[in-house]
Amino acid sequence: MKDVTFGQYFPAKSFVHNMDARVKILAVIAYIVAVFLVKAFHFLGFLACFLFVIIATIFSRVPFLKVLRSIKGILFFIILSAILQIFFNADGKILLEWKFIKITDKGLLNAGFIVARISLIVLGASLLTLTTSPVEIADGIESLMYPLKWIKFPVHEFALIMSIALRFIPTLLDETDRIIKAQKARGADFESGNLFKRAKALIPVLIPLLISSFRRADELADAMDARCYSGSKNRTKYKKMRLTWRDAVATVFIAGLIVGVVFLNKFYWLLVV
Amino acid sequence: MRIETEKLSYAYGESKALMNLALKDVTLTVEEGEFFGIIGQTGSGKTTFVQHLNGLIKLKKNSGSIKIGEFDLGEKKCDFKKLRARLGMVFQYPEYQLFAETVFEDVAFGVKNFMPETSPEQVEVMVKDALETVGLNYLKVKDKSPFELSGGQKRRVAIAGVIVTKPEVLVLDEPVAGLDPQGKREFIALLHKLHKSFVKTIILVSHDMDLVAENCTRAAVFSHGQIVAVGTPKEIFSNAESLEQTGLDLPLTAYLTNMLKQAGITAENDYTVDGLIKAIVSEINCGGER
Amino acid sequence: MAILSLENVSFSYDKHSNAVKDVSLSVEKGEYVAIIGHNGSGKSTLAKLFNGLVLPDKGSVIVDGFSTLNKKEVFEIRKRVGVVFQNPDNQLVASIVEDDVAFGPENLGIKREEIGQRIEFALSAVGMEKFRHSSPTRLSGGQKQRIAIAGVLALKPQILVLDESTAMLDPQGRKEVLEVIKKLNQDNGVTVITITHYMDEVVDADKVYVINDGKIALCGTPQEIFNQKEVIKGFGLELPLCAEIRDKLARQGVILPDGILTKERLAEELCALKRKS
Repeated sequence: MKDVTFGQYFPAKSFVHNMDARVKILAVIAYIVAVFLVKAFHFLGFLACFLFVIIATIFSRVPFLKVLRSIKGILFFIILSAILQIFFNADGKILLEWKFIKITDKGLLNAGFIVARISLIVLGASLLTLTTSPVEIADGIESLMYPLKWIKFPVHEFALIMSIALRFIPTLLDETDRIIKAQKARGADFESGNLFKRAKALIPVLIPLLISSFRRADELADAMDARCYSGSKNRTKYKKMRLTWRDAVATVFIAGLIVGVVFLNKFYWLLVV
Repeated sequence: MRIETEKLSYAYGESKALMNLALKDVTLTVEEGEFFGIIGQTGSGKTTFVQHLNGLIKLKKNSGSIKIGEFDLGEKKCDFKKLRARLGMVFQYPEYQLFAETVFEDVAFGVKNFMPETSPEQVEVMVKDALETVGLNYLKVKDKSPFELSGGQKRRVAIAGVIVTKPEVLVLDEPVAGLDPQGKREFIALLHKLHKSFVKTIILVSHDMDLVAENCTRAAVFSHGQIVAVGTPKEIFSNAESLEQTGLDLPLTAYLTNMLKQAGITAENDYTVDGLIKAIVSEINCGGER
Repeated sequence: MAILSLENVSFSYDKHSNAVKDVSLSVEKGEYVAIIGHNGSGKSTLAKLFNGLVLPDKGSVIVDGFSTLNKKEVFEIRKRVGVVFQNPDNQLVASIVEDDVAFGPENLGIKREEIGQRIEFALSAVGMEKFRHSSPTRLSGGQKQRIAIAGVLALKPQILVLDESTAMLDPQGRKEVLEVIKKLNQDNGVTVITITHYMDEVVDADKVYVINDGKIALCGTPQEIFNQKEVIKGFGLELPLCAEIRDKLARQGVILPDGILTKERLAEELCALKRKS
């Protein structure tokens, strides 16, 4: 369990790895916007987005298969939405009819559209987590949220909570594994029975986990106090993020993608004709 | 129950690389009645090994065999629940597994899981028995929340929760970690008491060499997922050099015996403290007569 | 002059029982002091009193002239008294070693360049320079605890308090941590207060306090403490195994000199005994 890392960061030295986390986060948001901008059935827009992901992957030196594998995690969700589209879309020309199920051409197209949209978003987002360590992401989000300080939002505390949560995920996963095993050794059964029974079987795991989390929190608070923690006041930061030429290049690139998608949306007919 | 593993191997994760093997061809037999020690550094595979014994880590295909009494853990129809009722396992810091509202309910957890048909009266008898065996006053603690007990008492409750179904094999992973000297001494006394009663076989996983030398009838040394030595404490610790390669220290008794030997004094003993003292005393006295 | 002193300190978590009762002690600069006691004897509460994590109900705790009772001075005290706790997992705040070590200096508002220097100093003091960019979750218990020590050292404390910091480690990890602490005490002149129930960690101390039921029950050199075997046993403690063996031999008529606390010394004396006879 020790190797379960949040977002599966893939350490490497690459153009994308070296980019500023803030730019990467903004770029992914912009990319997701681009994917959403693609109008229905204009698959060329999706092709542009896909090309963008491929190029970014090449520059990130992450094996393409690793990026693709991110889809595996939500495969069930993708298939489910596709099925819903296929079976419950009554519009369009009917291709197949059986009892109350109608499969139409529009339904199939919609399904393809949804699958493409979700997959592209997941690919882009996973490229972010693959090339950016959780700590960098947390720092990036903190920095991006900095303006919120003006409306008294506790940016520093929020960021600290995030980074402590990230730090403790592997520790708590380990602990969960240990408690599950200990209760199994005492005859606990997590695999049989109905949903209610299974949920009930989790109590002997959840309670010890909760108690140990409180204990850890208590001890961590003491350790932080002992190291002179007193909130964000007069605090300095050791790590500073710096923008470089890479970030400028990436920004131009992502702007190009958005313009391209908008262009394809508007002048799609030009290319088709 | 006799415990027998043959060529047991186990790899973490998907990788098949040899370096990632947590266990490699572990063949070991522990006879009924033994007080068996399993020693090795952290990460040597000793915990992975014992967690195979009650199926917490499932035996994979072509990874060897495990037979415990009449249970064949490689078989599909192997009844793990039955096995776990007879082979109890105490984890490191077992007090962290306590969860119920009262001590009684926590100890009864195992009975309810393993023997759901037990009558409430019988459950009470069993829980009372278990709590008294670990040295707690049944009436005083049964209705308390396990979380308001002291650290040492919590650990006793956790042990009671494992021995409540009277397992004939008891596996303990670093059971004295975190206990103070007196707590440790009392705990070891408890183990011997259990060993004389319904627990026939004890398997003790530890990196405390003094503890193993003093208490175990035999022991196995794990290093990098393999067994590098099996035998009585004397057999294992006599070979200081091979032990040092695994990064383990000698127990104090073995260290002293070795030093004496180097100085030309043979004080043969079984590496328990009393054995060593007896050997030294007789050696000194003999020397005086000569 | 004492760098840390407790004067008639009492403290209780609740009204019914006192965790610490009327304790007075003083620690000199550069000393290596051990505090021993069974679990629940109140010894860990002392660690929290030393740096103002808990405040005395009665009496006072003075560090380098500052009192923990004075709220404004609490950070002056915590800068001077670094406390390392029992569970290494529950002391590390960051997912990367250098970020964790930086946590203390960041809290003090120290400039970036100097934080970098302090990280370097602290990590090399505990021999963990190589792991500067690693994730602590992948390290062994002993290594994690050394990072926790580095995190405290980055505050440049004069006193290092170890509150059962070896209790959860394996023998290898314990050895690593003890070596680091001895080195800090001897080479860097850091005052060390170690709170433990491992008797063999007490052997090298300049002074030992035995705590029982919240009170100082005994105080002296390790030698003086271990000469009172029965008293120690009454406090739920035990002699180091070496001293135990010496004792058992004595009862069988094989008398070895007093003050054998280490295995090397015991072996030496045993060999000498034979030669004499």
